[in-house]
Amino acid sequence: MAHNSYKNNNFSGTSDYIATRELQTAVNAAIALQRPLLIKGEPGTGKTLLAFEVAKALGKQLFTWHIKSTTTAQQGLYEYDAVSRLRDSQLGDDRVNHIENYVKKGKIWEAFDTDEQSVLLIDEIDKADIEFPNDLLQELDRMEFYCYELKQTIKAKYRPIIIITSNNEKELPDAFLRRCFFHFIRFPDKETMQQIVDVHYPCLDETLLANALKTFFGIREIKNLKKRPSTSELIDWLKLLLVGKVSADDLNDLSRMNEVPPFLGALLKNESDYDLYKALREKGIK
Amino acid sequence: MLLDFFYYLKTNKLPVSIREHLTLLEALDREVIAYSVEDFYFLSRAIYVKHEQNLDLFDKLFGQFFNDSENIPVEKILADIDENWLKSQLLREMTDEEKEAVKAMGGLEELLNRFRQILEEQKEKHEGGNKWIGTAGTSPLGNSGYNPTGIRIGGKGGGKNAVKVWDKREFKNYDDDLELNTRNTKMALRRLRILTREGVEDELNLEETIHKTSENAGLLDIKMQASKQNRVKVLLLLDVGGSMDEYIEECSMLFSSAKYQFKHLEYYYFHNCIYESLWKDNGRRYEDKISTWEVLNKYNKDYKVIFVGDASMSPWELSEPRGSVEHYNEESGLTWLERFKEKFPNLVWLNPINDGYWQYTSTIKQIREWADERMFPLTINGIEKAMKCLKNRKLKF
Repeated sequence: MAHNSYKNNNFSGTSDYIATRELQTAVNAAIALQRPLLIKGEPGTGKTLLAFEVAKALGKQLFTWHIKSTTTAQQGLYEYDAVSRLRDSQLGDDRVNHIENYVKKGKIWEAFDTDEQSVLLIDEIDKADIEFPNDLLQELDRMEFYCYELKQTIKAKYRPIIIITSNNEKELPDAFLRRCFFHFIRFPDKETMQQIVDVHYPCLDETLLANALKTFFGIREIKNLKKRPSTSELIDWLKLLLVGKVSADDLNDLSRMNEVPPFLGALLKNESDYDLYKALREKGIK
Repeated sequence: MLLDFFYYLKTNKLPVSIREHLTLLEALDREVIAYSVEDFYFLSRAIYVKHEQNLDLFDKLFGQFFNDSENIPVEKILADIDENWLKSQLLREMTDEEKEAVKAMGGLEELLNRFRQILEEQKEKHEGGNKWIGTAGTSPLGNSGYNPTGIRIGGKGGGKNAVKVWDKREFKNYDDDLELNTRNTKMALRRLRILTREGVEDELNLEETIHKTSENAGLLDIKMQASKQNRVKVLLLLDVGGSMDEYIEECSMLFSSAKYQFKHLEYYYFHNCIYESLWKDNGRRYEDKISTWEVLNKYNKDYKVIFVGDASMSPWELSEPRGSVEHYNEESGLTWLERFKEKFPNLVWLNPINDGYWQYTSTIKQIREWADERMFPLTINGIEKAMKCLKNRKLKF
């Protein structure tokens, strides 16, 4: 449904990814104005997937940079391997005369270096040190940085589409936020969820789906759950239901009896959540 | 008009800056969105709001601003319409069929007049009703709102998908997450850093390498060293219950930041003052008591001790044996505090009460004296000073 919008750089979801109107607006505005787009939202609502789908829909190359607690901003730009140069100099290797042999490009440099616009995903930026985003301000703003070893400024040939995801483990600095567009992926409502499931399982029995969604949203409404199941868990659960050949009536029958639905472990991954749900079922509350 | 909106957001405490406003103007200039109010809402939200805790506030303000009939009188809209622009825009968008229809109605001029008339009528009839359709129109983008193709000719109506997304206010719940506000506290706690080299040798020690290599007559001898890391050890003692209930938010903010910032963090709770026992779990404070002697002996004196409490109690709770309101204490609170001071040279007391009021409570004065004036208010500034004081004992408050 989206590949027709290929030319004018307009993202409207793909055949496997349902993007709401608000998400589309945010993505397209960020692309048009060449600003990074910061994506937050509940786990499992497709934050990381968005970058993959944007790249796919627009036919662009994707670079992913996954952030860990030890990642530094410099690693995204480049790393200079002084030790191996030192070693090569001892061995009389010819490579040693050219410093560029020892400058290893990071993901940001790679994305700057492509001959057409690319997509750069900076995944889970909140995992890194709290100073990390500040170290990238200039680079994301002007899309250029200075490489001391080569004594040259690296500038993006085509400003990449930058998508940044965060899980809220740490707060991000204001100066960084001001440079980004921000979108919070909300948990999909029933209609959107139906579309999402349709995309994944086009020929799912309708009543089975209706019953499954009823159970799913019922679980999400329970207060005090440690981890509420999200879209990705629902998709997994539906898969199990299909593989296990659970029929729509099975789910329905169960909701009359005081039993937990099959494969509930796919939805509730925490033991105490599981027990809580079971207890509620036994008391006859859905 | 957009500037009004910007100032409206700003005066109502939504953190927005000029930069964002310029971005919005740029986006509108480049026609990033289609001419619809809903898209404008999505776009301005993506630009102005940087944190989900502000989404609800934004929804509220957006609704208020564009609903407030006094804010944007119809006369103002009319004055704002640049006629020529509107005409050219219209002609560009209309199909031949529509152009015919316009002619049949007496030309574009006539249509515009008629349209204005409708706007006026709408004002009288729908006071406070569908006003947002009209009001949104004053911005250069929302023209679909009063675009005659919308009202007269039956194209896509600007007001058709009139579900006011912002009025649903679906982000209410994200308003009060605690972890969200701890960045400043974490930055303040950062002042307390003692960097030491320990563990895996993963860094090139340049100086040592050069030294060893020259000793080796130029043959390379690489020396590595462990990277620097913060290994400060912190003992946090928190007052809970009673008068401290008011300050729960500040305390949990400090606590969660400290947990994040210090790898070696030990914590215990007490009530009002330190006596012979402390506890780690507030739910089990009567079952799982830990003797204060044990705590005093367990930790070396290189631990930095941070007391958090309002230091407000009856004088005898502090200075008299058996003075505790809760239990029978053999020795006075002050005796126990003195033991801490003896054992740990580096300690501070953080007080959530505003320092302007400290002079009015006698026990605060006494504890300040005990702490050698190392009591600091529990504010970002105070925490910063306290952390400096833990490294340099001469600092006082």
